[in-house]
Parts: sequence; structure tokens; C-alpha cells
Amino acid sequence: MEKVLFVIFAVIAIASALNILLQRNPLYSALSLIGTLASLSALYVTLRAQFLAAIQIVVYAGAIMVLFVFVIMLLNEPKDQPQVEKQKWLRYLAIPFAGLLIAETFYVIRSVRPLTLSATTVDGAEYAVGTVSSIGLALFTDYLLPFEVTSVLILMAVVGAMVLAKREGD
Amino acid sequence: MTNLLIEWIIKTLVILFILVTAVAYLTLLERKVMSWIQLRIGPNRVGFWGLLQPVADGLKMVFKEDIIPTEANKWLYIAAPALSLVPALMTFIVIPYGSQVTMFGRTIELHVTRMDVGLLYIFALTSLGVFGIALAGWSSNNKYSLMGGLRSSAQMISYELAFGLSIVSVVLYSGSLDLVTIVEKQSGWLGHLGWNLFSPPLIPVFAVFVTAALAECNRTPFDLPEAESELVAGYHTEYSSMKFVMFQMAEYLNLITSASMTTTLFLGGWNGPFVGRYPILGLVYFVCKVLFLILIAMWIRFTVPRFRYDQLMRFGWSVLLPASIINVVISATWVMLRG
Repeated sequence: MEKVLFVIFAVIAIASALNILLQRNPLYSALSLIGTLASLSALYVTLRAQFLAAIQIVVYAGAIMVLFVFVIMLLNEPKDQPQVEKQKWLRYLAIPFAGLLIAETFYVIRSVRPLTLSATTVDGAEYAVGTVSSIGLALFTDYLLPFEVTSVLILMAVVGAMVLAKREGD
Repeated sequence: MTNLLIEWIIKTLVILFILVTAVAYLTLLERKVMSWIQLRIGPNRVGFWGLLQPVADGLKMVFKEDIIPTEANKWLYIAAPALSLVPALMTFIVIPYGSQVTMFGRTIELHVTRMDVGLLYIFALTSLGVFGIALAGWSSNNKYSLMGGLRSSAQMISYELAFGLSIVSVVLYSGSLDLVTIVEKQSGWLGHLGWNLFSPPLIPVFAVFVTAALAECNRTPFDLPEAESELVAGYHTEYSSMKFVMFQMAEYLNLITSASMTTTLFLGGWNGPFVGRYPILGLVYFVCKVLFLILIAMWIRFTVPRFRYDQLMRFGWSVLLPASIINVVISATWVMLRG
């Protein structure tokens, strides 16, 4: 059952990821990205990472992509806009970066050990890994510093956005 | 495993049937309530007390011509109603309708499934509902539709923040994101003194939550996306026949969802007197509470005038959002001091 679900959602994820690149219309690309995000979230569920799956939808599909779609709809189709000048050297720069990305992927896959998830019941939760309580505990104990640093970073971004918006208005 | 699967399928089908019927009769109820408030009689021709009116309306809508505007983006135009209806239907699997009943010789839990992240699941689905409305507005290729769609996405994004932050307070208080656990925590003396509504830090949270929930379902006084005096009918101006019906269904389903969410989070869900002895009473209490909240939403609709768009945005960002942040601080402090 899980294998069947994995294949279905993996195929959808890859197909919509390809569709993002192949579409000319930016709105279709954005919608395909939502498809990718949604099927990734389904894959998280098959891995028993329910919290991650829900957050994936809430944050990416529900918040960020709504903004993307919103902006694309406001600008509508860029028919009358001048064609963006294609930079030749960027294309050649892409090859080493792609190689680097593939090398990194292989490096990560090589170092991953087959992990056995503990199926013990904790406080009525289905699985010990991937539940809200285990992630919360990890965030506020072992990973407190990265968590706080990230929140400060986001706060800075918010303040920066507000400063920029204010300057436009004056 | 197969037994469980069959049970899930049966439960889902039963809930689906009940929801569709409820949506049909909510349209009748809404018209009846409107007529009472406006001192009129309301629909009373089709069947006794107008009880067959939804059937007649449904038949009429099925046989209407289904129009797709020539300049519309055809695929998105067709997909948009489904995109708003499906997430609205999906939320109902995590809502607990009662405790447990024994039926056909087996104990049946009165909820389709419980998950550790139930509240986040509902939240994720409501945030996906925006796409249907926004895409409907855009793909119709009509300026009124586009304005309606843009307004509704802006509104839903703005009010989602207050909505989510009020949920945070409840989660802090109950210590769980699982709706079943949240309801079970609210059982108290006589079955209603443990309601979250009766705990001091959550009273302001309730006010913010109900307001944000009304705005999330695009109902008056927050029905800016379909303000008929300025936008014809908003995002569904171009829609006709069953596609229009799907939007209407999604809207009523969202109303039921937010009423059930309010019931579950604040009014103790299925808790009530004697529910321990007769578990089936829980179902009755749940339906009564949801119906009560829906009636209040209708009452508000026919009493309060619509906000202006800038008022709506200012209210969301500079009143509701700060209020909900303060609420989170207060309830967190309360939970910490209580130990």
C-alpha cells in the first residue's frame, strides 16, 4: 500500500516539477509548483512525518504560493513586457553548478544509513518520530540556537520589508 | 486493516451524504431566517413550509445552461469550482462528532480519523481554499470577477493570521493539536463547565476566532469578494449552472466547518449533560451547537452592514492581529502560571 502511494505521488511530483520548467505561462508554472509541493507533502505522510506534511501545505502551498499566484494575476500575462535579455555566460555557469548539485545529492545519499523508526507509543501519539511533541521537544532543546537565529533572521526580513515599503511611500 | 478501511469508507460516505443534504437545507434555512428578520414569509410554495424548495432549486440549477465565456481560460475556469469545493469537503474527516457508540456489535468512534496534527490539517485545507476563488476570478477574464478574486485572496491571507494565532492559544491551553483530545479535555462537571469558552484567558480568543472565522468564510459583514452593489457577484459572476452550485456549496461547507471548529475548540464539542451514560446524546449536542452557531452567523448577516474594503483591511491588520498576539501572550502566561 505504501509503495503504491509512493510511486503515485513520486510520479506526480516529478511530472509537475518538469511542468514548472516547460510551461510558458507563469501562472501554470506556479500551479505546477503547488502540485509538486502537495505530492511531496503526501510523501511525508507515508514517511509518518505528519507535522512536516501539514506545515509544508500551510506554509508553502497555502501562504507563499498564494502570494506568487496573487502577484502573477496582478501582473497578468507579460505580453507587452520586453523580452528579458538572455545571458549566454549564465548558461555555461549552470553546468558546473548542476554538476555540483548532483555530486552533493550522491554524497548525501551515500552517507544516509537505513533508519528504523521506533514505533513505540508515546502519550497516545501514533509514532514517536514526526509527531508535534517530538518535533517541539527537539526544536526547543537540541536545536534551540538555530531556531532562535532563524526567527531573528525572519524578523530582520520583516523589518527590512517594512522599511523599503515606507521609503516608496514618501 | 480491511475492516478499518471499510469503516472509514462507510463513515466518509455517511458524512458526505449528511453534508450535502445539510448544505441544501441551509439554503432554505438562510432564506427562512432572512424572511423572519425582514418580516416576510419566505419560500412556502414548494412542499409544506417550503421544505422541497432545495430539491426544486437543485433541479433548476442542473438544467441551466452551462456557459464558459469565450475569452476565459477554459481549463482553469473548469478547475476552479472543484478547487474550492474539494478542500471544503476534506476538512470533515478530523472533526469529532461524538465519543463512541456501540452499533452492530462493535464500538464505533464518532469521527472518521484522528491525527496528531488535526488542527493543522484543517488549517492547511482552509488556506488551500483561496486558490479556487482566486483562480475563478482570474480565469473568467472579467474585471469584476478579477476584483472579487483578488479581494478575497487578500482578505483570506489577512484574516488567516488572526485565525491561526487564536488557534495557537487554544492549543497552548489544551496541550494538543488533535481535535479528539481537545474535546476530551473539555469534559467537566455536568458536561459543560469544562468548556474552553469558560476559561478566563480564552474568552477574548473566542471573540477574535469567531470574527476571523466569519471573515474566512466570506460572509457578511466580510463578504467583500462578492459585494453585489459594486462587483455584480464577485468571483463567480461568470459562473452558471452546476459550477455556480459548487461555489455555493463550498461557501456553505465553509460555514459548517467554521461552526464545527468553534464548537470543537470552544464549546466543548460533543460534551454535555448525561453524555457519559448515553453516548449518542453527544451527536445531538454537537449538531445543536453547530446549528446554533450557524443561526447566529445568519442573524449577523441580515443585521450588520458590509465593511468598506479599506476598513476591512485595517480592521484585520491593526485590530484583530494585535489582539490575537496579545491573547497568545496572555494564555501562554496563564498556562505557565497554572503549571
